[in-house]
Amino acid sequence: MIRVVLPYHLRTLAGVGREAALPVDGPATLNAVLDALEAQYPMLRGTLRDPVTQQRRSLIRFFAIGRDFSHQPADAPLPDAVARGAEPLMIVGAIAGG
Amino acid sequence: MSRIRLLVGTRKGAFILKSDARREQWEISGPHFAGWEIYHLKGSPADPSRLYASQSTGWFGQLIQRSDDGGATWAPVGNTFVYDGVPGTHQWYDGTQHPWEFKRVWRLEPSLTDPDTVYAGVEDAALFRSQDGGKSWQELSGLRAVKGRLWQPGAGGMGLHTILLDPGNPDRIFVAISAAGAFRTDDGGLTWLPINRGLKIDYELPDPAAEVGHCVHSIALHPARPDVLFMQKHWDVMRSDDAGAMWHEISGNLPSDFGFPIAVHAHEPETIYVVPIKSDSEHFPPDGKLRVYRSRTGGHEWEALTNGLPQRDCYVNVLRSALAVDSLDSCGVYFGTTGGQVYASADAGDHWTPIVRDLPAVLSVEAQTLP
Repeated sequence: MIRVVLPYHLRTLAGVGREAALPVDGPATLNAVLDALEAQYPMLRGTLRDPVTQQRRSLIRFFAIGRDFSHQPADAPLPDAVARGAEPLMIVGAIAGG
Repeated sequence: MSRIRLLVGTRKGAFILKSDARREQWEISGPHFAGWEIYHLKGSPADPSRLYASQSTGWFGQLIQRSDDGGATWAPVGNTFVYDGVPGTHQWYDGTQHPWEFKRVWRLEPSLTDPDTVYAGVEDAALFRSQDGGKSWQELSGLRAVKGRLWQPGAGGMGLHTILLDPGNPDRIFVAISAAGAFRTDDGGLTWLPINRGLKIDYELPDPAAEVGHCVHSIALHPARPDVLFMQKHWDVMRSDDAGAMWHEISGNLPSDFGFPIAVHAHEPETIYVVPIKSDSEHFPPDGKLRVYRSRTGGHEWEALTNGLPQRDCYVNVLRSALAVDSLDSCGVYFGTTGGQVYASADAGDHWTPIVRDLPAVLSVEAQTLP
């Protein structure tokens, strides 16, 4: 299972705690994790990625093991520690607004 | 005894205010969707327990929420708004063409007869319709065929903010778009006409014959006379007696004819309400006095309604969707301010009382009159 930490508003929307545990088939890429997340919590569709282009929303960031994966290709494998569930993928709403 | 339910959208959530027909004691619930911008929420006239809400933030985009129990519980429905075909382009600030991009839903207008049919006015300006209770949305793209390439966003964004359904003609719909103008369909949304003749102001749009490019802030009609339209424009309060074919000015003795909302009394089609704002440079009431103005003559002659409203040091704004009426025998009038107050009058505007004073900035107010 892959562990995903959601930002506050999306936890409330999805009705989950701080972390969600997701089964992901195949390589653990950002797209695969987000697909699994949206399959398990359909109300999150469109909140992280544009529903048409599937591009990451501008103020959404992806962090894991102290690194920023926001700009890596969405079909690139995530670190093994994330794939094994040892470390969570953190989905973060960027601090913005001053 | 009848009841009133006010649906209040704010910068940081939705609030539901309920009262009996006396409209003296109010029960307030919320915030619903705390922390999210709620541009608009509205109930179905065909099933008042069915509510739709537009929920958005700059972080997480657009959601549409639906309640089937009058706002006690909510569930997200469809939030995919895809422009029909090749989206095309509209005019940008520098005169170049810019791709149409969905940003948010400004307005939700449920059908007068079918709780599962609801219209959505969006930014960048377009009209969508759902016929399955909000699960899926289809664009009525004939609207953007009306010189959409010439539409250009104003400072507040190019939003379709007003949708009026004609109770006597299900094929007729009026819409208004910031900085583009007003439009009408007579065939259920397939084709549209610009209805902007007579709108003009030299330093806003110098060409008096321009079919589009008019900064309409809101329009209103009375259900018994849907061919008579009232408009609060960027500047000027206007009236049309022929479903928008021609407009003429009715600003009369208003202290300022700039403002955002306009509303019609529930039982008197010639009684209308506006909230004058000083100017487009100073978005607050003239002289620091919060005054609703009422005309009982369909315009031209206006009286200030001040009883119970702050008459000094008041610098709030009242946004385009934040003025509403109920349909009790003594017509209730309600408005919300950017300072978070919601004011109510149970006697058509003669006396006002704040229902609540410290909400987040109010974006919209809708009134439901319940049996």
